[in-house]
Amino acid sequence: MVIHDEPTPGEMLPILPGHSSAGRLERVLRAGHFAVTAELAPPDSANPHDVYARAELFDGYVDAMNATDGSGANCHMSSVGICALLTRIGYAPIMQVSCRDKNRIAIQGDVLGAAAMGVSNILCLTGDGVQAGDHPQAKPVFDLDCMSLLETIRGMRDKAEFLSGRKLTDPPKVFLGAASNPFAPPLDFRPHRLAKKIAAGAQYIQTNYCFDVPRFKEFMARSRDLGLLEKVFILPGVGPMASARTANWIRNNVPGIYIPDAVIERLAGAKDQKREGQQLCIELIQQLSEIEGVSGIHVMAYRQEESVAEIIESSGVLQGRVPWYPGRDEKLLQERATS
Amino acid sequence: MYSVRRWAVRHAGALDRFYQGFETLIVKLHPLWEKIGYQRLERPVAKIEQLCKGLLFDCKMCGQCALSETGMSCSMNCPKNLRNGPCGGVRQNGNCEVKEDMRCVWVEAWDGNQKMHTGERILAVQLPVDFSKKGSSSWLSRVREVQQQAVTKHTAEQSTGKQQ
Ligand code: SF4
Repeated sequence: MVIHDEPTPGEMLPILPGHSSAGRLERVLRAGHFAVTAELAPPDSANPHDVYARAELFDGYVDAMNATDGSGANCHMSSVGICALLTRIGYAPIMQVSCRDKNRIAIQGDVLGAAAMGVSNILCLTGDGVQAGDHPQAKPVFDLDCMSLLETIRGMRDKAEFLSGRKLTDPPKVFLGAASNPFAPPLDFRPHRLAKKIAAGAQYIQTNYCFDVPRFKEFMARSRDLGLLEKVFILPGVGPMASARTANWIRNNVPGIYIPDAVIERLAGAKDQKREGQQLCIELIQQLSEIEGVSGIHVMAYRQEESVAEIIESSGVLQGRVPWYPGRDEKLLQERATS
Repeated sequence: MYSVRRWAVRHAGALDRFYQGFETLIVKLHPLWEKIGYQRLERPVAKIEQLCKGLLFDCKMCGQCALSETGMSCSMNCPKNLRNGPCGGVRQNGNCEVKEDMRCVWVEAWDGNQKMHTGERILAVQLPVDFSKKGSSSWLSRVREVQQQAVTKHTAEQSTGKQQ
């Protein structure tokens, strides 16, 4: 399926009635399609082609890609920089904003800059602690938290004003998202915290890696009871693990990632662990897509970005839909002509 | 002190009831505070507040106390200064992502909250911290806030009264 009124790079689509942004992700979700997002590996370089080469890996399979903001407290190219490059050629990035490194003055400035560059999606995060990354000596900022960050950007968009009350002449038209971790204690609090995020302005949610489907179902059932599922689009996070050893390392060293023993055992027992990790990821996508209230999937294929296309293809969740990428329409026409 | 602070959370219900009474009392004493002068009171009261709450809650004197919304677990002890609930990094054993040996401040807050008679306050979205208030007395600022609310309410009632 092709959406016909897609943008020329650098040009904004009209904002449809009831939409907050001009973005493709919001259109896909609101139209009721199963959306796919993926995390782009930010380069440790100043070369734009590194960004483009990594984005290209997802061509035809994702509706938007996340530009991380120093995730895991490791230093890489900034999310604003990556987004600026991506929007130049028409890609739809989700700009992650973490509260760890910037105060409210810097963040609000970035939001305006990003929106001016055509960024339509923002994901508000608290951010991992500096102890988790490669610069543990850094000064943690945490001026805002993800909740007040959501409120701040919503205020900029809907009231056209800074947190200080000073007016904006042109508000940033962005689709606002937040993260959620249904697997971290206190488990009872998690659905309520989701409710708070929605109250603060979250319109879509991407979760941490989801390896425990029953626990996730429980979280969704509780959220449904609180009446949250109609108010927000939920995209659970998945990703292939390269081996049992990697999974174990991630579980012990990356904050907030919950991997049950059964997963590690399954990987350890496989002949080709990498292949098994991908197979597991495909199965998870299929299972998660069946759950009530799940609107899409968020793939974090750390160091295996090249396998994302195949994983999505095998899962069948796009049902033949081909998300936009630079040159898609020409290619589809060509294919049609030759067939 | 860490052990006292955890004790406080275990007794969040009683402490919350005490605090409600205390607040009503200091609000009633507004005329007295006004006579002495709020500015003159600021430093000594802030000092006393720091001593009491420092001992009980490891209070960080943010100047905008949210203990009633956080199950009596001071959220400024969270290394990320979160005011709205636990981050996604809480360890499976309930300890903090950043300080491995400390219980997550928000796991404690959730426990403390179950012991308080009004359990919904933890569900309200808190405003960003106003760092310009750091070090000032949240007690005095609370009294002035309540006073201000009363005045606004009064004038609103008077003006609607006039219209009738
Ligand atoms: S684990 Fe708890 S105390 Fe530690 S940073 Fe996260 S919310 Fe704060």
